[in-house]
Amino acid sequence: MKFVRRHILTVVAMLVLVYLFIPIAVIGALSFNDPPSKYNTKWYGFSVDAWTNMCGIPGVCESFLESIKIGLISTFVATVLGTMVAFALVRYRFRGRKSTSLLIFLPMATPEVVMGSSLLALFLNLTFPLGVTTVIIAHIMFTISFVVVAVKARLQGLDQSLEEASRDLYANSSATFRYVTFPLVAPGIAGAALLGFALSFDDFIISFFNAGTLVTFPIYVWGAAQRGIPVQVNALATLVFIVALTIVLVAQFVAWRKRKFLQASTAERDADLKALSMDAFSRS
Amino acid sequence: MPDKRVVEDLHLRDLSKRFGDFVAVDDLTLTIPAGSFFALLGPSGCGKTTTLRMVAGLEDPTDGSIVIGDRDVTGLRAFKRPVNTVFQSYALFPHLDIFENVAFGLRRRGIKNVKPTVEAMLELVELTPMARRKPKQLSGGQQQRVAVARALINEPDVLLLDEPLGALDLKLRRQMQIELKRIQTEVGTTFVHVTHDQEEAMTMADTVAVMNEGRIEQMGEPSEIYELPTTVFVARFLGQSNLFAGKRAGSGADSVKVAAHGQEFGIPNSRNSAPGADIIVGVRPEKMTIVDAGDPIPDGHDRISGRVVDVSYTGVSTQYLIAAPWGEEISVFEQNTVVGDRSLVGDSVDVHWAPDHAFGLDGTGIAPSAVESEPVSGN
Amino acid sequence: MPALLPTSGSSAPPQVAARKARTGYLLLLPGMGWLAVFFAIPFITLIITSLQVPTGASGVYAPGFDIANYGEAISQYGDLYVRSFIYAGLATVFALLIAYPLAYFIAFRGGQWKGLLLVLVIAPTFASFLLRTYAWRTILADEGPVTGFFDALGVLPEGRILSTSIAVVAGLTYNFLPFMILPLFAALDKVDHRLIEASNDLYASPVTTFRKVVWPLSLPGVVAGTLLTFIPASGDYINAQLLGSITTRMIGSAIQVNFIQFRDYPIASALSVILMFVILIVVSIYIRRSGTEDLV
Repeated sequence: MKFVRRHILTVVAMLVLVYLFIPIAVIGALSFNDPPSKYNTKWYGFSVDAWTNMCGIPGVCESFLESIKIGLISTFVATVLGTMVAFALVRYRFRGRKSTSLLIFLPMATPEVVMGSSLLALFLNLTFPLGVTTVIIAHIMFTISFVVVAVKARLQGLDQSLEEASRDLYANSSATFRYVTFPLVAPGIAGAALLGFALSFDDFIISFFNAGTLVTFPIYVWGAAQRGIPVQVNALATLVFIVALTIVLVAQFVAWRKRKFLQASTAERDADLKALSMDAFSRS
Repeated sequence: MPDKRVVEDLHLRDLSKRFGDFVAVDDLTLTIPAGSFFALLGPSGCGKTTTLRMVAGLEDPTDGSIVIGDRDVTGLRAFKRPVNTVFQSYALFPHLDIFENVAFGLRRRGIKNVKPTVEAMLELVELTPMARRKPKQLSGGQQQRVAVARALINEPDVLLLDEPLGALDLKLRRQMQIELKRIQTEVGTTFVHVTHDQEEAMTMADTVAVMNEGRIEQMGEPSEIYELPTTVFVARFLGQSNLFAGKRAGSGADSVKVAAHGQEFGIPNSRNSAPGADIIVGVRPEKMTIVDAGDPIPDGHDRISGRVVDVSYTGVSTQYLIAAPWGEEISVFEQNTVVGDRSLVGDSVDVHWAPDHAFGLDGTGIAPSAVESEPVSGN
Repeated sequence: MPALLPTSGSSAPPQVAARKARTGYLLLLPGMGWLAVFFAIPFITLIITSLQVPTGASGVYAPGFDIANYGEAISQYGDLYVRSFIYAGLATVFALLIAYPLAYFIAFRGGQWKGLLLVLVIAPTFASFLLRTYAWRTILADEGPVTGFFDALGVLPEGRILSTSIAVVAGLTYNFLPFMILPLFAALDKVDHRLIEASNDLYASPVTTFRKVVWPLSLPGVVAGTLLTFIPASGDYINAQLLGSITTRMIGSAIQVNFIQFRDYPIASALSVILMFVILIVVSIYIRRSGTEDLV
């Protein structure tokens, strides 16, 4: 009985984890499909055709590159804007803090349908042409909040006395930012940028409302879903998944290695310390 | 090793700091002599750290000025002042190694060839093999030495230390106290050390200023202010004191008589800081001696009879609590010079001391119960 | 001569304080300006559009104040709202039930593997949201093993999973699971393990300890996860479209269709405004209880 009780949580947790990956496995498996029509409806046979010939179907690679381009631009802008806001929130005093927090929170809590449609309403009323520009504008809009949250968390964890020490040691504001604050906040900013890119790349609803005739990768997939999704799409998506997963796992590994290294040198320094105090004791 | 430099006095004039209604530092005026090891001692919240931060330039004063020699630095921002700080948490830059941490101030000042100076400083604090390690890999004591090195290397006019030894264990702390004192003597810079540990302040400093509620209660050499406190707070905060509230009952040629609880006690005029009729007599526990009730005592000594209510053996000494006839518990420390010679709980004893060891404090406006029923030490 | 600074009540001389405040505003301006122009103002435009009147020309509308648009929107699509909130609510409940054990496991049994486990939780979101949903179409196919299994159990009212509400709710649950897991984990991770030890020391069984100690302390995470799941789920229509049928349509697709296909902007805007309104009510109840400091 005790055995069951001890392990039932682990089993359930692992099952949930597996559940999360089932569709990923299916996507990956179907990227090796060999359907006669070149569209994935069910399994026919094994082939690496989709992988070796990723841009075989017209529109797939174009939309993929569009999404990358849009992702890079909107992530860059949103990261800069969001980081500035995070600094203002943590380091400066100003009035209207409540409304500012609310305005940052709401985009994260609003359904995409509402955000996409209201932006569309804006552009329609201004008779602003829909296309790459409107999509980028939209992506920046919903990414800023996430950047603010990520950078703010990192900034708040920063020891204030480090910046005071910097000022004490003859660094003015910009030198302090450059040599102390920024290097320490940088990982948070990088994480926020990655998150922003992921959000932008995978966005469908808001993009769809505001893209006009432009086709981003998700919009292409949506269109294809009605007729049948080309195997190349599965291959591309699997590729993105693997690349992203690798980046994150490598980051985890690096951090793990660092921890192990610190543990080793900590053990070493504790031994040194013991020797030192023995020495001091015999001297005193 | 840096040569002894020309250092100047540090003057704080009418320095005040208010946070809204709360007064953290109240009109402080004091001069810290050049080249001295100065301690600002006081309980938490007394304003000592705020004062330190104002000297460093990390807080702006509400009023008053800070002058080094004849230069007014009050308006200068922190990074322009010839003052450096050793922070309580050390504040070592975690993303830089030890070498770069120590070199930081030099680099910001535009000095190009930092290597020889940094290496010399690391030698001084005995951390040369750690030069390329990160702060996280060092022990508390080592980190503390890096913090000192990082500050000292800039040859500041004043070095500020904000409770730097608080995080260290006892043995290490003792070691570092000696280290810091040695470095200060060698380098000759004015050290201003902020602490709540009175033993630390008295061991290290040439001059101690006791602060309470934003003001300086008393300032002087450690032995001076210990042996002759001039306020109730100092009498309690520095070590322990037995206090009896009384009224002036006459004076002799060089002493004053105080009537308290039906007895008369004597205090030399030179040791009496009470201006008026309300005088609090103070005697330190280690200045008192216990004899069995009725036994003879030396000529001229004052005496209180009482009953032993507690005996604590601490190895070096035995600490007694004696209940005086008026209920107050008197504390007496006796060194254990003779093994086994101790009074027991319940014994009737006499406590006596030489009036030369007594001191008089101004009791105006202080209710006797405030000084007589509280615990003997303010810590 | 020692100079006396001007007396001021604040902790910094006036010029420094003013400089600091101004920098703060300057830093805020671009980002908040962007949000004001492209998030806040569009709502106003949305409301304005919802009140516009047709001009006869397709897709062209004139400014007006036709509240009847709202009446029409509700009468035509009112049932879609109800359905959307029911589906979203069910998905939220299921997500909570499924997420909790995993979040608990990572927080309390994760140890040094916490980081890796969290990566695994987020990893599926690296693959396209559309494709993941589409994959369920393959997995839940009528002739597939999964459908066959449940059909054999007799729990499928229509003999199939796809094109029914079951598939839609299942899809919604799956897609928003990470949004439930992460806040739950964050709250559970904060729980001091010593509290559990104290509870055991005071005669509470593991189940009681969970009920009386762990669950209450995890509530902030439950609330956050619920909000982050329910709100986007109610506006979602991808799942309904890919996995459901006409009978499972959610309000999101009505909004899309009216905007993109019918170009009936007033109705479409009205639909969107109503949805946002309901969401705002939910959010304001949350804020009323928890305040704005923890929001961001």
